[in-house]
Amino acid sequence: MAAVRVEEVLAAAEGQEAEKRRSITVEKELELEFDLGNLLALDRNPPASAGLRGDVPRREALLRALARDNTQLLVAQLWELPAERAGGAGGPLVARLPEPAFRLPREKPPPRPRPPTRWEQEWRRRWGYRRAGGDPARAWLAEVPEGADPEEDQFARLRREKRERVARNELNRLRNLARAHRASTTVPAAPLHPTGHQSREELGHVARVARVSTASLGRFQPRLPKEPAEPPSRNGGKKRRFEPLLGNLAAERSRQLELLRDMGSKKPVLDITRAVNKQLRQEEAEAAAAKGKKQSKRGKRGRRQQRVGRSSKRGGARR
Amino acid sequence: LIYSCRKPKTKRAKRFLEKREPKLKENTKNAMLIKGGNANLTVTEVLKDIYAVKKPFAVLYKKKNITRPFEDQTSLEFFSKKSDCSLFLFGSHNKKRPNNLIIGRMFDYHVLDMIELGVEKFVSLKDVKNSKCPEGTKPMLIFAGDMFDVNEEYRRLKSLLIDFFRGPSVPSIRLAGLEYVLHFTALDGKIYMRSYKVLLKKSGCKIPRIELEEMGPSLDLVMRRTHLASDDLYKLSLKQPKALKPKKKKNISHDVFGTTYGRIHMQKQDLSKLQTRKVKGLKKRPAEKSAESGGVSPKKSKSG
Repeated sequence: MAAVRVEEVLAAAEGQEAEKRRSITVEKELELEFDLGNLLALDRNPPASAGLRGDVPRREALLRALARDNTQLLVAQLWELPAERAGGAGGPLVARLPEPAFRLPREKPPPRPRPPTRWEQEWRRRWGYRRAGGDPARAWLAEVPEGADPEEDQFARLRREKRERVARNELNRLRNLARAHRASTTVPAAPLHPTGHQSREELGHVARVARVSTASLGRFQPRLPKEPAEPPSRNGGKKRRFEPLLGNLAAERSRQLELLRDMGSKKPVLDITRAVNKQLRQEEAEAAAAKGKKQSKRGKRGRRQQRVGRSSKRGGARR
Repeated sequence: LIYSCRKPKTKRAKRFLEKREPKLKENTKNAMLIKGGNANLTVTEVLKDIYAVKKPFAVLYKKKNITRPFEDQTSLEFFSKKSDCSLFLFGSHNKKRPNNLIIGRMFDYHVLDMIELGVEKFVSLKDVKNSKCPEGTKPMLIFAGDMFDVNEEYRRLKSLLIDFFRGPSVPSIRLAGLEYVLHFTALDGKIYMRSYKVLLKKSGCKIPRIELEEMGPSLDLVMRRTHLASDDLYKLSLKQPKALKPKKKKNISHDVFGTTYGRIHMQKQDLSKLQTRKVKGLKKRPAEKSAESGGVSPKKSKSG
């Protein structure tokens, strides 16, 4: 008894399901082709021409029914797609569309690859895997150049040249270091920026330097009302001064006699003791400067202290 | 950059030119809707309705342009270059060809395909007094009729119509937002274009039942002249750059049922030296031990 009842219930349920499914099933002779990426459906069935040739309202109704059927099929396909809830649990149901399958022509031709920039073309790795460089170990072929001795070992030549290049590079590097070191340890000249502690002469010197550093070497710079006009010294300073040939006979005579006296005297022109003392003093000054620099680097005080030292060019052999 | 002679001087100009230059993944195609020298009311209404459907990816030119696309394509190409539109719809009217619409597309700012259609009947958006769907909805496109496959010209027309009405390419779509459907039927040398609003009704199961409501422009079209691109030019325009192809991962293959197979490469193993002492499953259970030593094991498995 119970079994029969259960079967009845099952049959009734199946019947209901079939009813429901009928509302969304559509019968078609040929299956439609779908391109879900474009939301496209293609129906190859020839339409019922008899009805569609009739009067207008009938035709509209038939077109609409056809459209409804096709749309139903398309929507069924779309609902089959993997869907998720966008924006959390309460968000709208969103289906992930596949890539469009129907091939449509492009708007513009595909972009041409850009030519590599000069840097991209010329860049060679400087270190590591496959680096550029004349590594003589990797040279498996060494052409004999035109004017060279045919008996000469080219590989040995490559190796020798590499060694020479390395040595030259190293020498230049050391020379640069020495020059930089020399430049850093020389006592700085009078600063051109205003500090609080410049004397009148220094300021005058700075003003003169500033005037001369224009393109016309200061010839057209406006002067203050009472500033004396300084013509460009024809003498050219100390080093570019040339005495006239026939001028001061007395001065010339005294100069020549002094020269002869120095040449004839047994006493050496260079006073060794004085030179050594001077050198010692210079070294002490350097050491003090280095120490002072280190200490002054830590604070602003370093800027305040100005060392108006004597230029090392002066002194030396004094007559 | 299109104007390579004129390099952009501002960032804004540079962005403008970058938007228009050829790219791997292209922008959505814009359409320009142009009126001819003697466009009548019907044709103007058609253009306005198509503009409403294709907004914002369309420009509607209000002034009349006296050109004949089938004879001289330069002015169309000039417009296309200036407004960066690769689809166009040109409407005109004369005694020989009443209510004429020329639908076409461009490749690299030169005309690729052009098809002339005559409008026999037109029902506008305004005439149908139903609720409309929001602007910019991506429409569902349905083509019915075997003519769309059999006839070469109809095939190109189908491709053109898909290109025209497709809208932007999206990765995912909201299922409840599928409101608009454009249905094209080819029958007896005529093409019936109908637009419907989709109503999703409850059915018993997950998939809803569809009811359609007439909305929007409906056109009865007749194919007149065509100017189709040669085969090789068409093939050239279809060519996609290689970079767009999905990169194939080596060593992974899929079979028909969707199972993913991969290959693991192992070094040669000396099976005699495998460590079996730490594998629990290979350990002898006390029952087996006693069975080995002799006698029937009390824990024999029952069959059935």
